[in-house]
Amino acid sequence: MAKMHVSTTINGEPTEFLCDATDTLLDALRGPLGLTGSKEGCATGDCGACSVTVDGRLTCSCLMLAAEAEGREIGTIEGLSQGGKLHPLQQKFLEMAALQCGICTPGFLVASKALLDRNLEPTETEVRYWLAGNLCRCTGYDKIVHAVLETAAEMRGASR
Amino acid sequence: MTETQYLAPHSLDEAVSALLAANGTGRILAGGTDLLVQMQAGIVKPGLIVNIKKIPEMTSIEETPDGGFRIGAAVAGAVVGEHERLGKAWPGVVEAINLIGSTQVQGRASAGGNLCNASPAADSVPALVAAGAVATIHGPNGRRTVPVEEVPAGPGRTNLAPGEILVSFTLPPRPPHSSDAYLRMIPRTEMDIAVVGCGVSLTLENGKCTAARVGLGAVAPTVLLVKDAADALIGSKLEDDALEAAAEACRAACRPIDDKRGTIAYRTKVAGVLLKRAAAIAADRAGRA
Repeated sequence: MAKMHVSTTINGEPTEFLCDATDTLLDALRGPLGLTGSKEGCATGDCGACSVTVDGRLTCSCLMLAAEAEGREIGTIEGLSQGGKLHPLQQKFLEMAALQCGICTPGFLVASKALLDRNLEPTETEVRYWLAGNLCRCTGYDKIVHAVLETAAEMRGASR
Repeated sequence: MTETQYLAPHSLDEAVSALLAANGTGRILAGGTDLLVQMQAGIVKPGLIVNIKKIPEMTSIEETPDGGFRIGAAVAGAVVGEHERLGKAWPGVVEAINLIGSTQVQGRASAGGNLCNASPAADSVPALVAAGAVATIHGPNGRRTVPVEEVPAGPGRTNLAPGEILVSFTLPPRPPHSSDAYLRMIPRTEMDIAVVGCGVSLTLENGKCTAARVGLGAVAPTVLLVKDAADALIGSKLEDDALEAAAEACRAACRPIDDKRGTIAYRTKVAGVLLKRAAAIAADRAGRA
């Protein structure tokens, strides 16, 4: 069967790609689009390593068909840094060692940014619940949660 | 088997025709949080996937002229959770829908998908049953409406006929001092499947319960409407005796299984406990509504 043609926007750039009907958005990102920052952990929506935003809404790209990206705005980990400058979350994750092996990190960063875009004053509980769909088997979460809270505090300071 | 086709029609009639033409191999794609997992596991290989999210009626929330709400079956949980007026009128329905999965899953998963996936442990269903929600179904012979509790037929099976699509849920108008609550028992604090789920909706007049409905999940092959529990609450001021009678009615209604999440005895006991706690929360909210 002929491939499907999809027109979408990824990290602000109009983008087109070809896919099969059963390809997931994650398949398209990591395959034809060459955006390998989003990781496949479980492929069943449990681990959050493939987290992206779709029209600003946090989603597992493994649980969405590539064809559904038609006409939508997709945000991936590749869009976090701007002009070669790391996003404050990325910088803080480095400073506070909020990663070890790094496989879960893109998902945590995309999810954390989606939280801070909505709420720059999250409580620790809010951060932990928001990130409950992101699994990490190295750090034990504390460093990640603290890095998100520290970033929020810094961004609040910077915006004053 | 031929390759899978994908369609994203803009009308329900197109979607129904496509599903009928697919001759039983068609699957509806709403949030996809169950369908894509089943495809990934090789449990289903659809001949046709029909994405129904381009149909406006399925992805919108409206207030009805009589003061109720119509929730499109494919509205994502996160969108439901952001609707302030819906959350004020039906906090139990909203909290139940928002318990489905993680933030990421909430970005896609819908109450319609939760109902049609037909898990006995579906979180949104006991709350919708307690709310008296009515499902609107569009099919080859037009439209019909059925109470939510009549949609599931058993684990993984619904009473929808071939080509039928669940379109929306209608919640009735709320009298003053009415509210609802949903509680589920899970061994963790997040990201788990209900061992028992209980939804209670009630109306108070001067502290007396004048209307109530109770939905119980994960204790039978389908989510139960427990009329005897509601009857024990109605006419009472939710005194200990009335709550115990309602809890006993819940325990009596249970026909659970033993599995890794809970034993028959445990699920039965917890059903009564959750009834009392959910009724207390609903009553507290109703007192302030």
